[in-house]
Amino acid sequence: MAEVEKIILPGGIIDRPGSTLDYKTGTWRVKKPVVDLNKCTGCLLCWIYCPEPAIRKRDDGKIEFDYDYCKGCGICSVECPTKAIKMMEE
Amino acid sequence: MSLLQPKTLKPMSTSEAIAYAVKQANVDVIAAYPITPQTIIVERLSEYVNNGELDAEYIAVESEHSAMSACVAASLTGARVFTSTASQGLALMHEVLYVASSLRCPIVMAIANRALSAPINIHCDHSDVMGSRDAGWVHIFVENAQQAYDRIFQAFRLAEDNDILLPVGVNLDGFFLSHAVEGVATISDSEAALFLPPRKAKYYIDSSMPMTFGAFALPDWYFEIKYQVVEAMEKVPKKLAEVEEAYYKMTGRMYGHVGAYRTEDADVCLICAGSAAATAKFSVARMREKGIKAGLLSIRLFRPFPVESILPHVKDAKALIVMDRAMSPGAPSAPIGQDIKTMLYDAGLNIPVANFVYGLGGRDISAAEFESITTKVIEDLKAGRPIERGVKYWGVRI
Amino acid sequence: MSVSEIKSIKELYGSDLIAPGHRACAGCGALVGVRQILLASKRPLIVVNATSCLEVTSTPYPQTMWKVPWVHLLFENAATAASGIEAALKVLSRKYGRQEHYIIAFGGDGGTFDIGIQALSGALERGHRFLYVCYDNEAYMNTGIQRSGATPLGAATTTSPVGARIVGKQQQKKDLMEIVVAHKIPYAATASPSHWKDLVNKVRKAQSYDGPSFIHLIAPCTRGWYFDPSESIKVARLAVETRYWPLYEVENGRYRITNPVPNPKPLEEFLKVQRRLSHLLLPENADLLEKLKAYVNERWERLNKLSTCFA
Repeated sequence: MAEVEKIILPGGIIDRPGSTLDYKTGTWRVKKPVVDLNKCTGCLLCWIYCPEPAIRKRDDGKIEFDYDYCKGCGICSVECPTKAIKMMEE
Repeated sequence: MSLLQPKTLKPMSTSEAIAYAVKQANVDVIAAYPITPQTIIVERLSEYVNNGELDAEYIAVESEHSAMSACVAASLTGARVFTSTASQGLALMHEVLYVASSLRCPIVMAIANRALSAPINIHCDHSDVMGSRDAGWVHIFVENAQQAYDRIFQAFRLAEDNDILLPVGVNLDGFFLSHAVEGVATISDSEAALFLPPRKAKYYIDSSMPMTFGAFALPDWYFEIKYQVVEAMEKVPKKLAEVEEAYYKMTGRMYGHVGAYRTEDADVCLICAGSAAATAKFSVARMREKGIKAGLLSIRLFRPFPVESILPHVKDAKALIVMDRAMSPGAPSAPIGQDIKTMLYDAGLNIPVANFVYGLGGRDISAAEFESITTKVIEDLKAGRPIERGVKYWGVRI
Repeated sequence: MSVSEIKSIKELYGSDLIAPGHRACAGCGALVGVRQILLASKRPLIVVNATSCLEVTSTPYPQTMWKVPWVHLLFENAATAASGIEAALKVLSRKYGRQEHYIIAFGGDGGTFDIGIQALSGALERGHRFLYVCYDNEAYMNTGIQRSGATPLGAATTTSPVGARIVGKQQQKKDLMEIVVAHKIPYAATASPSHWKDLVNKVRKAQSYDGPSFIHLIAPCTRGWYFDPSESIKVARLAVETRYWPLYEVENGRYRITNPVPNPKPLEEFLKVQRRLSHLLLPENADLLEKLKAYVNERWERLNKLSTCFA
């Protein structure tokens, strides 16, 4: 028990904020979103509608996906106003 | 256990004594709901807060379930927290009690032990606390207002110790103690502040340490997190003794995990908890005058059950009489009876135990009745008759 | 109360208060709404969570998605936990200089409409300073789609199934906003993740008050409402556009519809995209459909009238 004690804080408190990053939900995907950067306007609507979030703004203002965590739900594809995102088979 | 004779005693009921101690303990948050017979405690505390005598937030919650919930949340924020309840209130907050202990919240709660419905009854018995005895709380029984007053300070210091971090229930008999006025020796505010400096929580809710309290644990982690309560409980007897030692140095008062009276050479030892222990003590004194070798053990620390403190007093007795103010229908013994018999069995001692349930719903028990129960056992012993085991119900009209 | 308005998404881009890797379903509508609320929220922030999908999927020990202090006690006491923390911080800051925080309590419709209604009512009556967000997926989703007081008329859930004798839930949805407004708190509002700008500005307004505020958030559930995960936001938008989910606020007792819907889409548009309600379009369930439409229309008319008299 002594070794486990070192890991378990009193009351089972978790002291590593954001530690779900250890679990890569990208493995859940069946389809993945792919962005056509020519059509992307950097409006960030996909970003604000992503449940994870698994979308980042690039330096040029357009978006990229964090495929480690993207579950392939497809909301971004449906919501993109310029239809820049397509769901493709993995 | 020597008692210094204080120069002035304040006349207080146990309820008022508890409220006064909580005020001196400089609690931060009180979240409480009224219920007979502890209401006086929360009323006094409201007065202290509204008069500015106690700098605390008083949350007038809308039920006992919310009282304990708010206490847990406030405790996790690092506050010193107190509440008070009884009977149905304790039953209503039942699920939260487990959360309090498992999240390691050093809450102190006064429980004015009262019977559980149905039928509804506002008078004293121990069924409320007995129904919660597995919730991982430390439980102390007091026999009078003085003990209640002193135990409040001890309870906070014990609970908030970072090795313990368990909630503590201070149990007082409803009406018999809650409403009876006695002379109480008090400590000064500065003594209280010295004995109980502000709480120094190690982990608390604050953005400086963004932690998750109350996560979802699957079978691979639940057991270990729960086991922490067991480990902390095991440290309580020694830690409470240390706390009592420090309090004794300041006041000359100490109570121990049990109150033993004439147990050294007792043939038969009475065991009970709460205010009835005081009646039993009187009865034992009278029996001794008559040459009956009776003794009394008052259970003060109930959870954890102080086996090591009890055994020395009972191991040489010819029989034990365990008086329970709560029943456990369908069980081979009543609650304290269960603990005593388990203790004896584990120690390899086959001492007969006569277990009685008494006093439910506030039905009084007199010194004469204690004497009657004890002399019957002694006569059985003399006549070589077997002591009736199992559990019997004393004073009920069948 | 004048509060600076958020006009563009870019103002919100920055630190999310949650990390990905949580176990919410792909396309979870609740997570989108919660994320948006957190982006808009005051800091430093403490989050209290009732037992719910959100709690379970976000804190699988020893991992947590939360980057702020987060507390979960039980199912029915999120509002009470928030009360306890608020009171503790008040006195601890006064006595020992602890830092003040803002508190948001998240509860599902189950933990708010039903088992949590007492705790919510008590907290609102006592006037604690916190924001309570009820994310409403209109059933007990965490335990597998059972009906709650928030489930709409006729909806199929596991405890209000579409059967040969009884078709879906037989009662209308409980009007929680009216219950909350009856407590006379400074601010209460409905919101939808589809209308992010309306939502984030409501959060700002809600948090500007020194008292309790409440947001009722629609949270389409791909699993329990039975639609494709990619349509969560589309379904939320249809709810607003059919007047099923009116977007309004009640600020110090004054009603205002924040998203007028002058030409609503027919309710059928909302019902047909989700299998929990699409059976209402069958001819044999015409009476149920009429009742649901009447409920939606009457509620809109009433809100409209209230909105006008406070304009």
